[in-house]
Amino acid sequence: MNLSLLIAIPTLTLISILFVNGKMARVAALAGSFVQLGTALFMLFSYMNLNDVSHLAFEESHVWFAQWNINYHIGVDAISIAMIMLTSVVLVAGVLVSWNIEDKTKEFFFLLVMLATGAFGFFISVDLFVQFFFFELAVIPKFLLIAIWGSGRKEYSAMKLVLMLMGGSSLVLIGILGFYYYSAEAGTPSFDLQTLSQLSLSHEQQMWLFPLLFSGFAVLSAMFPFHTWAPDGHSSAPTAASMFLAGISMKLGGYGCLRVAVFLLPHAAREYSPYIIVLACIGILYGAFVTLKQTDIKLMNAYSSVSHCGFVILGIAMFTKTAMVGAVLQMISHGVMTALFFAVIGMIYQRTHTRMGDEMGGLLKVMPFLSTVFIVAGLTSLGLPGFSGFVAEMTVFVGSFQNEDMFHRFATIFATASIVVTAVYILRAVGISLWGPIKKKEYESLPDASWNEKLAAGILVLSIVIMGTMPLWLSDMISKTTETLFP
Amino acid sequence: MVNYSYISFVLIIPLVVFLITGLFGKKMPGLSGILGALGMLGAACLSYFVAYQYFLVDGRVDGIYPTVMAFKQTWLQFTPSLKIDIGIILDPIAVMMLVVVTTVSFMVHLYSIGYMHGEERYATYYSFLSLFSFSMLGLVVSSNIFQMYMFWELVGVSSFLLVGFYFTKPSAVAAAKKAFIVTRFADLGFLAGILILSFYSESLDFQTIIHNMMDYNGTIFLNANAASFMGVSALTWALCLIFIGGAGKSAMFPFHIWLPDAMEGPTPVSALIHAATMVVAGVFLVARLFPVYSQVPAALDVVMYVGAFSAFFAAIIACTQTDIKRVLAYSTMSQIGYMMFALGVSGYWGEEGLGFTASMFHLFTHAMFKALLFLGAGAVIHYVHSNEMGDMGGLWKKMPITHIVFFIACLAISGVPPLSGFFSKEEILTAAYQHNKIVYAVGLLTACLTAFYMFRLFLMIFWNKEYKAHGRTEHHGEAPMTMKLPLLILAIATIFAGIIPFSMYVSADGTAVESHIHLREASMAVAAGAIGIFSAFFLYLKKNERPEMISSAFGALYRTAYKKFYVDELYLFVTKNMIFNFIAVPAAWIDRNVVDGMMDLIAAVTENLSDSIKSIQSGKISSYVMWFFVGAILLSMMIVYAL
Amino acid sequence: MGDMKFILAISFALFFIGAYGFLTRRNMITMLMAVELMLNAVNINFVVFNKYLYADKMDGLFFTIFIITIAAAEAAVAIAIIINLYRKFKSIDENDIDTLRW
Repeated sequence: MNLSLLIAIPTLTLISILFVNGKMARVAALAGSFVQLGTALFMLFSYMNLNDVSHLAFEESHVWFAQWNINYHIGVDAISIAMIMLTSVVLVAGVLVSWNIEDKTKEFFFLLVMLATGAFGFFISVDLFVQFFFFELAVIPKFLLIAIWGSGRKEYSAMKLVLMLMGGSSLVLIGILGFYYYSAEAGTPSFDLQTLSQLSLSHEQQMWLFPLLFSGFAVLSAMFPFHTWAPDGHSSAPTAASMFLAGISMKLGGYGCLRVAVFLLPHAAREYSPYIIVLACIGILYGAFVTLKQTDIKLMNAYSSVSHCGFVILGIAMFTKTAMVGAVLQMISHGVMTALFFAVIGMIYQRTHTRMGDEMGGLLKVMPFLSTVFIVAGLTSLGLPGFSGFVAEMTVFVGSFQNEDMFHRFATIFATASIVVTAVYILRAVGISLWGPIKKKEYESLPDASWNEKLAAGILVLSIVIMGTMPLWLSDMISKTTETLFP
Repeated sequence: MVNYSYISFVLIIPLVVFLITGLFGKKMPGLSGILGALGMLGAACLSYFVAYQYFLVDGRVDGIYPTVMAFKQTWLQFTPSLKIDIGIILDPIAVMMLVVVTTVSFMVHLYSIGYMHGEERYATYYSFLSLFSFSMLGLVVSSNIFQMYMFWELVGVSSFLLVGFYFTKPSAVAAAKKAFIVTRFADLGFLAGILILSFYSESLDFQTIIHNMMDYNGTIFLNANAASFMGVSALTWALCLIFIGGAGKSAMFPFHIWLPDAMEGPTPVSALIHAATMVVAGVFLVARLFPVYSQVPAALDVVMYVGAFSAFFAAIIACTQTDIKRVLAYSTMSQIGYMMFALGVSGYWGEEGLGFTASMFHLFTHAMFKALLFLGAGAVIHYVHSNEMGDMGGLWKKMPITHIVFFIACLAISGVPPLSGFFSKEEILTAAYQHNKIVYAVGLLTACLTAFYMFRLFLMIFWNKEYKAHGRTEHHGEAPMTMKLPLLILAIATIFAGIIPFSMYVSADGTAVESHIHLREASMAVAAGAIGIFSAFFLYLKKNERPEMISSAFGALYRTAYKKFYVDELYLFVTKNMIFNFIAVPAAWIDRNVVDGMMDLIAAVTENLSDSIKSIQSGKISSYVMWFFVGAILLSMMIVYAL
Repeated sequence: MGDMKFILAISFALFFIGAYGFLTRRNMITMLMAVELMLNAVNINFVVFNKYLYADKMDGLFFTIFIITIAAAEAAVAIAIIINLYRKFKSIDENDIDTLRW
């Protein structure tokens, strides 16, 4: 299978969006994203048929910039495949959700697909320079998406989000350049992940490179205390941008933390892991408690993302194989779940024109489909068995608990406490906005979901249920990769 | 040994019914009820057949009932030793629970056809009911503690959905949330307990856990006992934490507060979930892990004291409530407390295991008569359109059949021979007497109170005064056939369930124990019940002043009990005033002002810095030229003199 | 070579008169004229150095011609800009036109 297809298809989609006029852009985007989903599925199946998964699959390498030894080197393992599946599912759903964008349709879909292209490129590239290039490509369109199609304090939020993410990526860049420098010292300069992982760095070198790389990516995955772009960004972003932001971008961060920072610097990662665990635990509980206070349901989901992404960081920092598998599972699960959540919140907002939970009420009676989807997303979020959240969280918990000492044990128990708080805020949101009496007369005539909304929600719910009821193949696939990455 | 794999259909049928009625129910509202009832009938027949085959055809192997693994499939693998298997385990308690759950569930499905008739979300109701049945059946046949936890959560959520079925009523919404959150809080203990237990026993599989923990000299058992935290061994911690989970689901003190509120759900739901099946899940959990519990006396003591206290506590409150469903809810809590302390006083081997047998027996009989009571109460509510005792009275003429079955159930719960409740209760009290006299005394007192409040309830509904229809016309008679039939079937079960030689089938270590009536304990229990019944007749047969006199004589105690000992208020204070106001609100404030403030501060500092240097960019050409010249001169001087 | 010093002194003076004029005058036309002075000072330098130091070459003369040409073009452009500025600001005083910042 030719991996470059995963970049070629979205790029072709981008070009075709440029050349069609007006409303046809959405058709082009939808067609492109479906083709992309099909390709990703095909890749998934061909990966599952591989016998030997101990090294990268479908590798490909071309010289890009010979002078500096930059190569267009791509390849995938189970983790990146999982992320690619996530991205393509969210892309399809995102395009479907924005079907009725009236204002500057063409530009909107162009930026949306561009963002996804960046994410695809990021997940498949093995060369750090190329990876960084795609990383930036996935960040910049967000500014425009929020600043143009957003609501509320959109300029402020867009600026804040992009500045914080750029701050993070500049840290990452310094880290990458540090690696480049050390590899040049050791012989040939290189940006290649595989080559760099063979590099033997001294303790001091590892110790200063790790915080740069890790915290740079952690900003993107909304680790406490670098999470504040998330609530502002989400509350201003248009629906599809929110879905991409939480469903894909935050995963870029988690993936980077695991696949770049911890993979390249396992020694330093172990040294720093207690601090990271503390931050992750604070993030998990603190995020949950802050969520408890929110009445804006979109803001609520933004904060709950902070809490859920804490599990990703926690799983990575716990350093057992099970916990790492759990972290990856949590990334996928949270990606799909939060995309679904933002999608359905956006759909409800389109109808009620308010995001305040306490101004709604009784929506289950008026729009049973949307409300049911909302409840499904909520139940996934609170970790109900049968949905993906349960699988991911339990894997993180069990994995974390395999550490024998009291510190890790307590951190685990501390983190598990969040499932109660999660239940409280989810049920509170369901209780005030979907149940109870209908608060406003005009809500009684609101329409239920249209075909595109049903399709979008259906695809996401299906992914959640598949992961939640048949998790074994996925967790097996991922654990094989983590075993080769972190022997 | 026959192949039991057909038993998986007991799980598959409700699941399929759930999917069909959930997805397509709207298109065929009438059909979904029939479909649900038929499905449950099938499941019930299957489980009777399994029980027949397991207990009577296959019987014992080497003197004990074997544990049969009817189905096993790895679902998720954590580590080589820790994995979640979805399995179906058949042993005496699982088979017994299958019978109980399918029977009651079928009755409730049948009953709901009449009770929920004309309801707007009729199909949704049946799909939730099927989901619950599926989860509960999955719970009782769990072969893996994590599988049990999964189904445990699923029953929790289906209970949440069913309690909140009338979702436009704010009180129902609040009750549903409360039920889920309180049990979820307790589940946190369960989860932590699973983590500890699985780590030390190196397995999630019930049989392996039990095997490892029963091996007194094995390293696993010794490690689990040697590892300690705050002076208590890891094993004790694990079991106590798991018990917290059980206590949450089974509404033991102090997690009982959700149960009375959960009565906001439709009455058949209360009969199924909050009387017969889900609330006994905690008892079942302890029973499932009983071999491990029996190794740890400290954990068993916790179970015993919590159970005994809850039994007594709930009985007192039940005497003062006026909402008939709440009386029944507290009565359920009290009876489950009975089952719990029966487990707590039990030993493991042979005759010592009497408490275990008694607890399971009581679970069985209680499921029948409590479901009967709830369904009967449902019929009454259906007729009167009110839950308050004050609106009832004198109904015996209007609803003769309900009157009789209710009477039978009240006799059974009061422990009057030869009804089923008598046998199980007598066994529990005997077990308690042999183990702990204080608990025995509490149990006896509770038995007296139970008889009192049940007959208070009975008399207030059916006698006491003439029924006044409150200005409404007599629009219908007693109840449709679909509602009466389950009542009659359950009444028959209530009468005859006691003669099953239960201890021959269910015992802690799997051996058969000959059960016999202990005359002294039995007569004490019956006497306690009789006192309760007679005092209830004395006070409530005819409307009179005596109840008020007594309640005013008790004064403060009465009021406190009426207010449920202010436990709800305490919870509300802690959650709302302490946690919400002192954690959530400050956290949100800190997030906006401190954490985010830091980010804004960085931005502000940058901006100020730029403000202070931007005046160099004056916009005046001459000043730019000035700077240009100065720079050019400096540069040329550097080049000329420095190089 | 003595002549060269005199001529260089003249061009030196001319350049700084131009620079002084450019810095002190506020009228843009005057400033433009000051610029022309500076350019002419440079022209003189080119010619002088060519004549006295590299008499066998013509580079300096070529440069001078280039500079004169460009100065003419520049003057045309500058005056066009000034006229436009006058239309917008109703002034050709440099102090009034300070929007070229931040």
